[in-house]
Amino acid sequence: MTEPIVSIRNVSKRFSGGVMAVDNVSIDIAQNEFFALLGPSGCGKTTLLRMISGLDSPTQGQIMIGGEDMAFTPPNLRPTNMVFQSYAVFPHMTVMDNVSYGLRVTGVAADEAKRRTLEALEMVKLEHLAERKPDQMSGGQRQRVALARALVKRPKVLLLDEPLSALDAKLRDGMRLELTRLQETVGITFIIVTHDQDEALSMATRIAVMDKGAVQQIATPAELYEQPRTRFVADFIGKVNLIEAAVLGQKGKTANCMAVGLGKIAVGTDKTCGDKATIAIRPEKLKLSTAEPKGPSLIKAKATIRDVAYYGDTSHVVADIADGQHLDINVQNNSRVGGSGFDRGQKLWVSFDPQDALLLTE
Amino acid sequence: MAARLKPGQGPLDYGSRLWLKILFALVLLFLYAPIASLIAFSFNVDKTGVWHGFTFQNYIKAWHNDAIFSALSNSLAIAFCSTIFSTVLGAMTALALWRFKFPFKTPFEGFLALPIVVPEICMGVALALFYSKTGMMTAVRDWIWPLNLINIIIAHIAFSFPFVAVVVRSRLVGFNRQLEEASKDLGATEWQTFTNVIVPFLMPSLVAGGLLAFTLSLDDFVITFFSSGPNSVTFPVKIYSMVKTTITPQINAASTVLIVITLLATFIAMKIQAPANPEKP
Repeated sequence: MTEPIVSIRNVSKRFSGGVMAVDNVSIDIAQNEFFALLGPSGCGKTTLLRMISGLDSPTQGQIMIGGEDMAFTPPNLRPTNMVFQSYAVFPHMTVMDNVSYGLRVTGVAADEAKRRTLEALEMVKLEHLAERKPDQMSGGQRQRVALARALVKRPKVLLLDEPLSALDAKLRDGMRLELTRLQETVGITFIIVTHDQDEALSMATRIAVMDKGAVQQIATPAELYEQPRTRFVADFIGKVNLIEAAVLGQKGKTANCMAVGLGKIAVGTDKTCGDKATIAIRPEKLKLSTAEPKGPSLIKAKATIRDVAYYGDTSHVVADIADGQHLDINVQNNSRVGGSGFDRGQKLWVSFDPQDALLLTE
Repeated sequence: MAARLKPGQGPLDYGSRLWLKILFALVLLFLYAPIASLIAFSFNVDKTGVWHGFTFQNYIKAWHNDAIFSALSNSLAIAFCSTIFSTVLGAMTALALWRFKFPFKTPFEGFLALPIVVPEICMGVALALFYSKTGMMTAVRDWIWPLNLINIIIAHIAFSFPFVAVVVRSRLVGFNRQLEEASKDLGATEWQTFTNVIVPFLMPSLVAGGLLAFTLSLDDFVITFFSSGPNSVTFPVKIYSMVKTTITPQINAASTVLIVITLLATFIAMKIQAPANPEKP
């Protein structure tokens, strides 16, 4: 990696009440990345973003922006701009005045400010609404104003705090695509805070998953989904079956386990495990069949269907196996007739390839 | 109360009830009839309470009556100065209470409300004692106008700035602090943020608070009476002393002028306020 544009080094933030909002976090974010901070509410992701913007300062650690430690630089002197969750569009100014605000207060010449403002408005497709006041606009339009207002400053880093949370579902999908398009055209590093895993997975180039103020894993979306490092990450990103297992022995990169409801399984791992671990397997990687599945390495178990939920393209099946363990299974509805073809109470076989299972120790 | 709704009416359509309309008319009558007659009789030829014909004579006489003229100009000067100072002071107080945490903040807020609740007579006596003990009562007597009114101006600021503070404070409750953060994030300094974001947001409350301070000052009698000297008589105090002898139509004329000035001030204030929140219903 070349010199990171933002480098967060051992940053901690303790609030005056004693709550540790961010706990010894280190992240390097490269030029031109679309980086997501993902986690449940209260995990410290917004506090971290505010510390990058200068609206909060860390109790400990360094925040390097463009190679310079800016942990205690006030927000107006940082090369970062923020799109706020409430958009924070100035209600008493027109769209034009809102977008040009950051240029006017920093003394950019009037004609250049005007040119850049129009350019930014064009970028977010709002040039026809330049004279409107915010209270005459929809939520989506106001967000575009907030976006243009931040981008017009040509920051090194654009910070977005839950930018899509206040939009309705349809608009959100459109805006998601637009944000990625925008990021590619302007070539600015985007850092987005979100609690929505779909949002992070579909937009970001890399994601940091946070929980209780600490970073759990930093990885690409695919890595995060297929190679979660901890139980928390596996559970937070998408749906997953977590099965408790006792580790019987380990030979090189294979651990022999005794899993609840599944019996003996050999699962690949590159870590040395203790005597307890969790086997994680995604619902879409499980297969249901009426006849006993054949295959030398397949893991299989007898199952009884407890519940079937129909979702159009897929059906979610909950099946009971031995020892009181149950499994979530996603089935593709490939035929127009007959739904998933599975019924409650039906007895059948569930199977999977041990390669698709993952051994989690943390 | 009818047990059934009339066709086409909801349970909250009180306005259509006859007794309510009559009540409303009576309230208007008692409130505004005295004012209307005051204005009408300012154009009366006769000094008695009987209408004898229309004239502007009373206005001309009042204008040339030095006592009335100086009292009115005193009142306006005091109102003008105390409005400006109490608006600034009140807004600053409200901002400080909103923005900062400091020791004894709650008691401070309580003390702030004191001038609003303390009986005017007590405040008047207290100020009179204060001014005479410190010698301010006699010291300012020979200062040039309007500095010789400084005692009254100080008294008026003291009782009207808490009103401004209360009005501004309640407006600040609805302020989205992310606006302030956004402004700083976009490169504005503290002062730029204050003038470009906070002051425009506060403008309606500044105008309302200022107007309140203006009218409070203009018609205050009790406190003014105690802190004024022989050369610093205000309009209400002057009228009081004139009424004790006879009610001349000149008083009507001067009062009408005062009403017009107040209405004009309100009108201008609303005009100033209008661009801040355009065509909002």
